[in-house]
This record gives sequence, structure tokens and C-alpha cells, in this order.
Amino acid sequence: MSTAADTILSVRGLSVGFPVVGGLLRRRVGTVRAVDRVDLELTRGETLGLVGESGSGKTTVGRAIVNVLRPMHPDVELAGAIEMTARDGSRADLNGLERRAMEPWRARVQMVFQDPFSSLNPRASVARLIGRPLELHTDLAADARRARVEDLLEKVGLQRSYAERFPHEFSGGQRQRIGLARALATHPELIVADEPVSALDVSVQAQVVNLMQAVAREFALSYVFIAHDLSVVHHVSDRIAVMYLGSIVEVGPATAVLESPRHPYTRALVAAIPRPDPRRRGRERVRLEGDIPTPLAKPSGCGFRTRCPIARPSCAAAAPEPEVVGTGHTVACPHWRELG
Amino acid sequence: MPHDEKPPVLRVRDLVTSFAIGDRRAVAVDGVSFDLYPGETLGIVGESGSGKSVTALSILRLVPNPPGSIDGGSVEFEGIDLLALSYPQVRKVRGARIGMIFQEPMSSLNPVLPIGRQVAEAVEVHEGLPRALALERAVEFLTAVGIPDARKRLDHYPHQFSGGMRQRVMIALALVCRPKVLIADEPTTALDVTIQAQILDLLGEMQRQRPETAIVLITHDLAVVAETCDRVLVMYGAKVQEVAPAESLFAAPRHPYTLGLFGSIPDPARKGQPLATIPGNVPHILDLPRGACRFHTRCVLAEERCRTSEPELVEVAPRHSVRCHLAADGRDTRAEMARANAEARP
Repeated sequence: MSTAADTILSVRGLSVGFPVVGGLLRRRVGTVRAVDRVDLELTRGETLGLVGESGSGKTTVGRAIVNVLRPMHPDVELAGAIEMTARDGSRADLNGLERRAMEPWRARVQMVFQDPFSSLNPRASVARLIGRPLELHTDLAADARRARVEDLLEKVGLQRSYAERFPHEFSGGQRQRIGLARALATHPELIVADEPVSALDVSVQAQVVNLMQAVAREFALSYVFIAHDLSVVHHVSDRIAVMYLGSIVEVGPATAVLESPRHPYTRALVAAIPRPDPRRRGRERVRLEGDIPTPLAKPSGCGFRTRCPIARPSCAAAAPEPEVVGTGHTVACPHWRELG
Repeated sequence: MPHDEKPPVLRVRDLVTSFAIGDRRAVAVDGVSFDLYPGETLGIVGESGSGKSVTALSILRLVPNPPGSIDGGSVEFEGIDLLALSYPQVRKVRGARIGMIFQEPMSSLNPVLPIGRQVAEAVEVHEGLPRALALERAVEFLTAVGIPDARKRLDHYPHQFSGGMRQRVMIALALVCRPKVLIADEPTTALDVTIQAQILDLLGEMQRQRPETAIVLITHDLAVVAETCDRVLVMYGAKVQEVAPAESLFAAPRHPYTLGLFGSIPDPARKGQPLATIPGNVPHILDLPRGACRFHTRCVLAEERCRTSEPELVEVAPRHSVRCHLAADGRDTRAEMARANAEARP
């Protein structure tokens, strides 16, 4: 149990299972463990990068933190604790909270999506989209709400008059700014951003990254930044957690994890990142063979052993426990020293 | 390695392609010219709406008509203008001597035909080989692209493969007739980074085995270009803005747009500091500036002449050409951009 004053989020033993249905009667035939006993700690004001490939469970962890899994999937199996400590000192395990009790926490934890408008009403104006959370979580009168919406638009670099417009009138980058304004409306303390810049043109990505960092400073925000683009994640994150098949395989300071990775999967992932330097062309690199297995057929023991260059029979026996390899840097592989 | 002493295998000249949008026509490719040499990998880099993918579709005569039409120019392949051929004649070239790979293999593979049949059919149609021999060739190529147990998997359907494996099947299909030119449009964009690395390695390996094969790689990702391409063409607003050997482009980019793209890539040495950005948004294809530099609305160095006259593509260093008034005058656009960005920073 972490009760340190500067800890905003403490995830302990988070497991998420989705039911698998099969057969003619669509009966439940099993459970997919999308997330398997994940521990995460987030210090107030910190950005934690959560990286991994498709099927790694990173998005599911993000959704569990904002507590939207149960509304999305009523049959989901959730275990573990998602303990959040608010600025005012109040504390709750979001995982166990019912709708009513969750309400004050909804204002404190917000989410930013890859395409913020895929889940929003296309016929609602920007004023309504950004004003909605204010309606739910504050008792501001209509004109005060409107003024706040326009302030927020200005904060994210848009004109106040855009409040009258509709989502389809905006480019991808502008939409992401509006999504961020909506997330900021309730003065959140934590934002879970799921691939916030992946759908944007390269020249626009940098604008949104800069904006997210600027508002983080201004609002003293903490981020869980979920993305597959490791160069962007490295840029924004204080610490990085690497996921593979539902488990965290390595977590530590961003530069340590990406510049001296210890887990064989992180090594391979970092080696696979293309670098903008033609002089490096043709280098021989470690390459992972094959594909990430589906969580339905997760290997026993260490999930990575089927693609791991240093796997041995004992890796099938038990899931590896995290080992400390440096300051705040842990690796879930008992054989990491062999990589040198 | 490029073989510049040999004649180009593909000569694209003044290509113009437009689309009807409502009652207006949008010119998606506006006078694009380039040569592709045997054994060369040419990268075409651009953002959405730059015209890079429409350029590829135009070369392959795959522009849907209507609403699209190729309005001018020529695409000379082995001395024949593909734009002047009839559709049946084009089909004989496409898939045989010019192979193609797209971002989403599911949209190009036939979902109800086993993969063995699909790959073999290309050989049957284009080379007239009997089914049994064509299937043998299919096994050979599926094995070469890294499909495990290829012979056993001939009867499998595309949906039975993962995204990375489907992209391998598509590469086998693109290469099975041993094309002279391979056109790959964002071939790894939908894939995870470890799978992307496998596919890029595979393309490199294929080219080592058949050194004459030329590749056009279309991507938005400068890092992918750095890892794979000999020469790079940067497109913005339907036009080529800069073209250069990869080493020259990465060592000394000249066009403010190219410089802006490089500035947007996070540099680990400047972790956490504000990234250099290109102001504004990619303009809609109907709103491109006319009679002016296409990029001037977003360019921090723009001057009066940039708003009133469109620059030509001018060679500023060996084989390195730029469409920018300032760069053409020999100005150090890179240093000027760095200064402008430093001043803009709070």
C-alpha cells in the first residue's frame, strides 16, 4: 500500500478478463485475460508512458483507470485496486466505486482519445460538447458555462467563436484540441490519453504534443500517455511502462528504459524503431520472429517466451516476478543479465 | 544502390490527376515528374492530401474514374507510355512487371479465395504457367516472404492470417511475377513496430536477391525513409517540393516544409522541450494557394514573392532540387528557420 502524499494513482494487481462466447448458443466458454496483475504507480505531476503493441492490453489498462470498462462491457471481470488520491486528500479505490460514488472522481480523471469525435454526438456544437462535463460536474449557470467554454477554447489555441461550430468543420488537429478542452473542463488532476496524436499528420502531431505539455504545466496535470510511437512517448514521459500480452515487462525512468532496455522484449522493440538517419541503414539488428500471440492462447509462464531469444524450459513454469535493475527500474525477467 | 548510368525503368513526366468534388475539380497531383532507376528505392514522403498516394494510383492506372481522371503527362515504363495504353494492355503490365503493395492487405486480397490460388493465379494469368507449376511457384514465394509451412497453408483464406502475415502474402503476390518495379503505398503503416521492422527487412532482402528491382515506397514516416530509401521526393499540396538523395536530404534539407517535418520529430537530446512545429493545418485540396508557393500560408520564412509567384523546382546541390524562392537564391533556409523558431518560442 502506497500512501505517500505525492502519489496520485496506485494500481495494484489489476486484472481484466473478458468473456469469450462460443458455440451455437453463444454460451460463455472461457475468459480472455487482457490484463494480468498489473501494478503501476503515478506521482502527481508526472507523465507515465504506457507502450506496447496491439494486444498488449495498454488501452484496457487506460480504460480501467478511468473506470469505463464496466459500462462498456457489463460482463467484464475486474480484480485489483485502482487507488487514487485527490489534491484535497480524499482517496478512493475507483475499481469498486458505484456510479454515484464515482461522480466526483469522474471530474478528476478524464480521458483523451485518438479520435475524440468518434464517440461524440456529431450534431452537438462545440459549446455543447465542451459544456456537457461542466453541466454534469459543476453548478455553473448557462452564461458562466459558455464563458468557461470559450476560455477553454482559447487555452487550447482555438478562437472563442469556434464554440458555435460543429465537429465536422474541424481538421484532425483542431478536433484533438477540442477533445483536450473538453477533458480540461472539469479541472481534472489526471488525464489518460490513448494514442492522442497517432491519427494526426506529422506536422500537426508536434503542435498537439506541445499543447499537452503546456496545459500539463499550467493545470498541474498528471498523464497516463498510451501510444505505440516510442519517440513521442520518450519525449513526453518521465517514466515508461512496457506491456506485452497483458503484463508489464519493464518499467522505469523513460531514458533508462529506452536507452538501456533490460527486458528482451523491450530490447527488440527499441531495436525495431526506425531512426531518421540514413547512415544507420543496413545495420544488423535483433529482430523478433513471428507475431504477438492472441491473449486467447497466451503461453504459460512468461508470455514472451515463444518469441524470446533467451527463453529456456523454466520460462514456461511460472510468470516472472519484477526484479529491480536500477533506481525505480524493474524488469520481469530473471535472465535479463544474460543480455549484457 | 541506384544505377544512374542505366536508363530509368520508369519516367514520370508532368503527371496531372484531378478529382471531382461536388461541382469543383481538385487537382490532387499537379505536374509531378521523376525518374526511377533499376535497383533504386525511391521514397515519396508527404502528409494527407499531398498527392503521394494518387501519384502511385495514377502510375498504376488505378485512379477511380469517375470521380478521378488523369488529365495529362506521361508514365513511361520500358519505353511505353502506360497512360496511352488500353485497360486490357495496362492489366498485362500491372501485377506482372509492376507489382503493388497497399497499406491494408485485406482490401487487396480476395477474401473468398485461398491464398495459394491467389498467388498462383497471378503466375497463370501473366506467364501462362499450368496450375501445378504455378502453385509450386506460389509455395516458393510464400516461403521466401516468411510464411511458415507455406505448402500446408496454401488452402488458408486471408482472414486466417495475422496482419503482418497478410502483408507478407501480399508481398509474395506482388513479387511472384518478378516485377521490374514494386510500388508500395504505406506498406507498414497499419502494422506494429516489430512487424514493420520484419517487413522492411524483407523488402531489403528481396532487393538484394534481385538487385534490378526498383521500389517506390510511399510513406508519411521520415524514419522509414531513412531506413530504406536511396532517394527521396517530398510532396506537399499536390507538387514535388524537394527531391534529393536520402543522405543529402537528411544531412541538409532546404525546403522550409521539409525542415518543418524534421523539426516535428522528437529528438531524444531535447526531451521534454517544445517541439518545432509547422503552424496551421494541412490545407484542403480545394483550398491550395494558386499562383503562389503552395506552402507559403504555413511558412515562417514566407516573403512577398512567395505569395505572388510560384517557385520552380531548382537544383541547388548535386541531384538535390527544391521548389523554394529562398533556397533557389542560395539562402541558408535551415539557419533562418532555426532562428525563426527560437524567436517564436516563449
